[in-house]
Amino acid sequence: MTTASTTDRAALVRAIATQHAADRGPLLPVLHELMEELGHIARDDVETVADVLNLSVAEVHGVVSFYHDFRTEPSAAHTVALCRGEACQSVGAQALYDGTRARVDRLGADVEVAEVFCLGNCALGPSGTLDGRLHGRLSAERLDALTEAWR
Amino acid sequence: MALTAPTARVFVPGDAAAVSVGADEVAAAFEAAGAQVVRNGSRGMLWLEPLVELDTDAGRVGCGNVTPADVAAVLAGEKTGIGVVDEHPWLTSQQRVSFARVGVVDPTSITDYEAHGGWAGLRRALSLAPAEVVEEVTASGLRGRGGAGFPAGIKWKTVLETSSDLKFVACNFDEGDSGTFADRMIVEGDPFSLVEGMTIAAHAVGAREGYVYVRSEYPHAVAALRRAVDASYTHGYLGHDVLGSGLAFDLHVRVGAGAYICGEESSMLESLEGRRGEVRAKPPIPAIQGLWGRPTAVNNVLTLCAVPMILSDTVDGSPGWQRYADLGTGRSRGTQVFQLAGNVKQGGIVELPFGVSLGELVEGYGGGTLSGRPVRVAQVGGPLGAYVPASGFDVPMDYEALAESGAMLGHGGIVVFDETVDMARMARFAMEFCSIESCGKCTPCRVGSTRGVETIDRIIAGQDVAANLVLLEDLCETLTNGSLCAMGGLTPMPVQSAIRHFPEDFEPQDIKQSGAPV
Repeated sequence: MTTASTTDRAALVRAIATQHAADRGPLLPVLHELMEELGHIARDDVETVADVLNLSVAEVHGVVSFYHDFRTEPSAAHTVALCRGEACQSVGAQALYDGTRARVDRLGADVEVAEVFCLGNCALGPSGTLDGRLHGRLSAERLDALTEAWR
Repeated sequence: MALTAPTARVFVPGDAAAVSVGADEVAAAFEAAGAQVVRNGSRGMLWLEPLVELDTDAGRVGCGNVTPADVAAVLAGEKTGIGVVDEHPWLTSQQRVSFARVGVVDPTSITDYEAHGGWAGLRRALSLAPAEVVEEVTASGLRGRGGAGFPAGIKWKTVLETSSDLKFVACNFDEGDSGTFADRMIVEGDPFSLVEGMTIAAHAVGAREGYVYVRSEYPHAVAALRRAVDASYTHGYLGHDVLGSGLAFDLHVRVGAGAYICGEESSMLESLEGRRGEVRAKPPIPAIQGLWGRPTAVNNVLTLCAVPMILSDTVDGSPGWQRYADLGTGRSRGTQVFQLAGNVKQGGIVELPFGVSLGELVEGYGGGTLSGRPVRVAQVGGPLGAYVPASGFDVPMDYEALAESGAMLGHGGIVVFDETVDMARMARFAMEFCSIESCGKCTPCRVGSTRGVETIDRIIAGQDVAANLVLLEDLCETLTNGSLCAMGGLTPMPVQSAIRHFPEDFEPQDIKQSGAPV
């Protein structure tokens, strides 16, 4: 990373944090916006956010590491998140999850398979998201069809 | 069947469940065919999604499981459907109070909301003193629908009577329990009812600010709610002078970040304040010291959505709170929104007065399993709820009766399993889930859940089974007694109910295999 882009990133992080600084409890909204704009929250971002919101680096790091949504590394090009909640398990979600992880390379070169616990689609399981989009009644065959463009 | 307008009007649900099985593509195909498309909420007959409704002289006629290829046939009235949706026995046998508008109205239309009875409760509430509103909510018998079942009126009375220059109302929309989706569906299908319920709550307790904490797994609901909040500001139902009454109320929508524990109310408050979602010790209760140390009324979505009806105008000499209290049984008043999920043929929303049996829900409304195999067990009340064997399905679904039978209602979710389920695996999963989602504050929950997984692994492997079952019981007792909140305190419920009702699943493998078929 060049110095210029590092500075750009810091300026963007600072601008986002400043925008929410006057709100009550601004940290989660700030971190969500960083995820949306930058894809992950780096160590330097944590320091910038802490500085703007007058929090300790430890406090911000503690929040980033507590919540599953906040990642500290860039994500893969595509993400499959499969539900492992009880309702989806009752219709075979565990086998689908294990099977998908075992053959992740078949879905594409740069694909991450993640677990999620409940997407609120519990009558139409197994459920999952593909690049954030919700799908119900998933099967290995349907996953193959839906991810065809990724290969 | 004759159409009422030259351009056909069709309803294609925009509900996330419908979208998950292709509703967006179906809606696009209808638009391409020249139809006027309304994206309504879902009627809750989820096995039929996408359930398209065609506006006709006879009423809204439904066709289930529609694909883009069916569009021409639906418009021509040639596709066999389920008839007029409002006359479908699955719906007419229910008593839809909270879900009365869901699937019927256009959730983006504030005028549609008003035309279907919306805002009447708020208008009436604003004409009453706060204490009178609290009294009516108390008299209705409304209890918290989030799981604990605490009387809403008593909670509000505490907030009202605690003096502070600043008070809050907070809505717990962190519906993380597997098998529950009622909060999501009511907000996606009828978002103004939550705005109205929260505004009434603000008036009742003296709050000027409200927060809705929505889980990040619900992007459709977040969008629907934000749209409804914006429209409510524009039309004067929120803001510095609500409907000219002098009530100032601002409503904020905040999004969680993928932590199940934030559905626990004190964790949710921590999260709203911008911290790790770690459970707070009680006392003090949030009604006295909640958000930022101020008195806060924290209620679940369904609790708040029931409030407008309770405050609504008198009908046939019976005020809203009385009509609500007339429903239900014993100390469980009103209706409960049950959610049929998992391996069930007809999954979805069943709203009925308390007291219906579990069997009537699973076998009657649900029609048994999706797989067609016999039902073996249902988990009632989310991941922390008990496994109830099919032999116990005569239990009436109300707070007290379920508690007596060693189960709990929770948020009203029912997850059905067929005979292929391995209950030792499900018990292990309960411990695994706790180990992943524990906030880490209490040692029995943080460490005990991992020890629980290991112990059940040894039982499954047939190692020292009798001794390990004793150890597991002991561990469950420690979690129950040594945890601040329901995460550690109730994780033993699915584990112990699985062992109690299905001991054969915990026997060593060789015995399991040589024994009678499960």
